[in-house]
Amino acid sequence: MKVIESENLTKRFGQFTAVDNISFAVEKGEIFGFLGANGAGKTTAMRMLCGLSKPTSGKGTVSGFDIEKQSEEVKKNIGYMSQKFALYEDLKVWENLRLYGGIYGIEKKAIGPKIDALLHQLGFESEKNTMVKSLPLGWKQKLAFSAAIFHEPKIVFLDEPTGGVDPAARRQFWELIYDASDRGITVFVTTHYMDEAEYCNRVSIMVDGRIEALDSPKNLKKQFEAENMDHVFHQLARRAKRN
Amino acid sequence: MRQFLIFTQKEFFHIFRDRWTMMMLLALPIAMIILFGFGITTEIKNTRFAIYDPSRDVATQGIVNTMEKNEYFTLEGYVENPDQIETIFKEGKIGLLVVFSEGFYENLVHTGDAQVQLIADGTDPNTASTITNYATNIIAGYQLELLKIGEIPFQITPEVKLLYNPTMKSAYNIVPGVIGMVLMLICAMMTSVSMAKEKELGTMEVILVSPMPPILIVISKVIPYFVISIVNLMNVLALAVFVLEVPIVGNFFLLVFVSLLFIFVALALGLLISTMVETQLVALLLSVVGLLMPVIMLSGLMFPIENMPIILQYVAQLIPAKWYITAMRDVMIKGLGFTSIIKEVAVLSIMALVLITISLKKFKIRLE
Repeated sequence: MKVIESENLTKRFGQFTAVDNISFAVEKGEIFGFLGANGAGKTTAMRMLCGLSKPTSGKGTVSGFDIEKQSEEVKKNIGYMSQKFALYEDLKVWENLRLYGGIYGIEKKAIGPKIDALLHQLGFESEKNTMVKSLPLGWKQKLAFSAAIFHEPKIVFLDEPTGGVDPAARRQFWELIYDASDRGITVFVTTHYMDEAEYCNRVSIMVDGRIEALDSPKNLKKQFEAENMDHVFHQLARRAKRN
Repeated sequence: MRQFLIFTQKEFFHIFRDRWTMMMLLALPIAMIILFGFGITTEIKNTRFAIYDPSRDVATQGIVNTMEKNEYFTLEGYVENPDQIETIFKEGKIGLLVVFSEGFYENLVHTGDAQVQLIADGTDPNTASTITNYATNIIAGYQLELLKIGEIPFQITPEVKLLYNPTMKSAYNIVPGVIGMVLMLICAMMTSVSMAKEKELGTMEVILVSPMPPILIVISKVIPYFVISIVNLMNVLALAVFVLEVPIVGNFFLLVFVSLLFIFVALALGLLISTMVETQLVALLLSVVGLLMPVIMLSGLMFPIENMPIILQYVAQLIPAKWYITAMRDVMIKGLGFTSIIKEVAVLSIMALVLITISLKKFKIRLE
C-alpha cells in the first residue's frame, strides 16, 4: 500500500524552481531516505507534503489524502520533527509531551499513562520533571522524535533529525526509528549523513530540484559501481549546477 | 477546546518561568508612571526668587508675601543694587528676579501704571516661561484683591484659568500617555517577540504541521499578554489616582472600553510585526523603533502635535496612540462621555479591524 505519492510535484518561487517535477511513492512501513545537498530542494518538497507549503503544480497524496485540498486530514495523520528539534526548553519533559498530545487531541485521561509508558520505554522516568533545557542534545532529539510520534501517526516526517550529535547518539536515535517502523509507522527522513542513508530501505537523491536516483542503497551502489553511498552521492552531486 | 486550553497554559508557563521578563512586564509600567509622574515634570516647584525693590511699600510687600506663601516659590532674599542682578543669576542661586519700579504703590493708586519686571533665566526657555507665568498669575491675583477692596478705581486684569488642570500638574498629561506607551510595549512588543521565538526555535513549524487551527494558535499566543495588559492598566490607573492624585473624572467603564480597543490595536500590530520577522532581535528592534518611538515622539505625549511640521502632523494621525491618548484625556481628565469620543473610538476600531485582517491573512499565507 502506498502512503505517500507524488506526481510531478513542482514548487517555484518567482523564477527559481526549487522543486522540479518530482514523482515518487513510499510504501507503508518503509524507511524512506530523502537525500540531497543543501539547497537541492528536499526541505521544500517535504514542506509541501506536510501541508506547510502549496505546490505550484503537480499532485500529491499523503495517507490517501490530497495534500492541497485535504491538508487538514493530512495533518491529523502525520507527525513532524524539524531540524531544530522543536521542544520547549522552559517546559518540563512531561509538559512537552502533554502539549503535543493535547494538540493532536489525545484524550485527557489517556495522556498521563501514555507519557509514563513512553518514558519507561526510553528508560527516562527519572527525568520526567526535568526542564528540557538541561537535557543533553542527544536526549532532546530522542524526546523530540518521541513527541512527533506520540499520537501514533501513520507517517512521520523527519527533517535532518540527527544534526550535531555524535555517532553513538545517532545510532541510538536510529534504533528508535526502527522501533517506530516495526510498529507500522512509515518514516520519511531527510539527511545528509551518508552512513544513515545505508539504514534506509530506499533512498532518493535530489539534485537541483529533481530526483536523480531512487532505489535501495544496495541497488544504487551496484548501479553507480560505488563501494558506499557516499560515492553514489558524490557522483550525482557533482552534476549540480546550483552553487 | 482542549487543544486551545493546553496551548494557552503553555504560553502562561513561558511567561511565568521567565522571571526577568515577568518582572519587567509588571514592574516597568509602575516604574514608568512613577518616573514620568514625579521625575519628568514640567512643573517648577520651589523656585528660588529674589526681589529688587526700591519702593518697599504696602503693595510690593503684599506681592512678595503672596509669592512667598505659594508652594512654587521660595524667597532667596533682596537685591540691594541693580549691578548684582547679573552675578546672582550667574551664581545660579535663583530662577526668577522680581523688579519693582520706584514709587510702586503711589503709581498704582494714582496713575494705574505701576510697573513690575520679571527676569528669568532664559537658558531653559520652557522653565523660564513656566516660572514667569506662575509669577504673573500671582501678581494678577494680588491686583484682583486690591480691586475688591476698592482702592483702585478701575483696572482691567487678564485672568488666566487653566481648565481641568488648574494647578498645571504634568501628571494629568503624563498618565494617559504612559498608559498608552505601556500597553503598546506589552501587547505589540511581547506578542511579536514571543511569536518570533517560536520561529527561531522551530516549534512554530511543528505546531503549524499539527491539526491545530492557525487562528487558535494566534489567540492563545495573545491571551496571556491581554491578561497582563489589563493587570497593568489597573495598576497604572490605581497609581495615578492614589499616588499621583490624578482623579478619574469620567466614566470608569468607558475608560476601560477605550483601553480594550487600544489593546486590540496593539496586539494586532504585534501580530503584524511577527509575520514579517524571523528572529526575536528583529522583532524587538522593529517594535521599539517602529512602535514605541512614534508613541513617544508623535502621539502628543511629549510634544504637542499642533506645533509639529505639517507632514509630521499627518503622520501623527496614523499613530493609534495619538487617538487613544486624546480619548483618555477626554474621559479621564475632562470627564466627557461617549458621544465626545466617538471619532477616536471609530478611528481605533477601524485600525483594529484593518490590522487584524491584514495580520491574520499574512499569517495564513505563511503556512500555505
